[in-house]
Amino acid sequence: MPIDWIWGLIGGLLIGTGGAIYLLGNGRIMGASGIIGGLVDGSGRSTAAERAIFLIGVALLPVLLAPFYREVDPHITDNYTVLIAAGLLVGIGTRIANGCTSGHGVCGMSRLSIRGIVATFIYIFAGGVGVVIFRHILGVI
Amino acid sequence: MSKLIIAFIAGGFFGSGLFVSGMTDTTKVQGWLDVFGAWDPTLAFVMGGAMIPMAIAWLIRNRRTTSLTGEALPPPPSTEIDGKLILGSVMFGMGWGLVGLCPGPSIASLSYGGPSLYVFLAAMLGGMLIAPFARARLDRAVPAE
Repeated sequence: MPIDWIWGLIGGLLIGTGGAIYLLGNGRIMGASGIIGGLVDGSGRSTAAERAIFLIGVALLPVLLAPFYREVDPHITDNYTVLIAAGLLVGIGTRIANGCTSGHGVCGMSRLSIRGIVATFIYIFAGGVGVVIFRHILGVI
Repeated sequence: MSKLIIAFIAGGFFGSGLFVSGMTDTTKVQGWLDVFGAWDPTLAFVMGGAMIPMAIAWLIRNRRTTSLTGEALPPPPSTEIDGKLILGSVMFGMGWGLVGLCPGPSIASLSYGGPSLYVFLAAMLGGMLIAPFARARLDRAVPAE
């Protein structure tokens, strides 16, 4: 079993533990798009501090862990047109669908939510189609 | 105050998990989606691993009425599969495939993502800002029964 898969499993357990703490501690579903989106569009104003401090935790821990790793390059494309199009699609899409990989994927599927399962199959399928079109057919990514 | 500490700890676990799992590396995410290229199954291990503690948490949730800090626990999930769920997930999936970033990792890689990440993040936040208008338009186009 490649070492990357084992680190994936360990990372997954950490992600799920974070979700469990957020649910049982604060009664909230750990969905990144919902937590960010509620700050951006003002719908989560009453819980703004909690959302902001959650996101600080998300951004800060990698800073503390990075010195122990040789390489942390996220390999993000430098094609700005692609970046802007993708960012808009992710921002609008996750908020219309009311969830992303963490909310619908991790939190939804683990409680057998039909919406979570359907959303996860659709975005993985759409992502796969996107990679085929834009990488293998058009060659832009 | 305790709610803020819990939020920070939960975020810390989430961020460290995204980091050590390699999910902030867009080649691993696009590798998972690229079934016709060098397919990388790491994401399935991350998802599977994350669902274990989360499923246990949902089982505990069923035995409690409030959270540790006294908040109401989330109600059972809606079962409505509507156009917004489908269209939104198609849009999200396309954007995710294009760059290999979803909302969580875009925050987790804030300290090392560089200018490309900031451009993506700015567009994503802009998208989230206009999403309520898109949602309202969709609601008008397909009136709720």
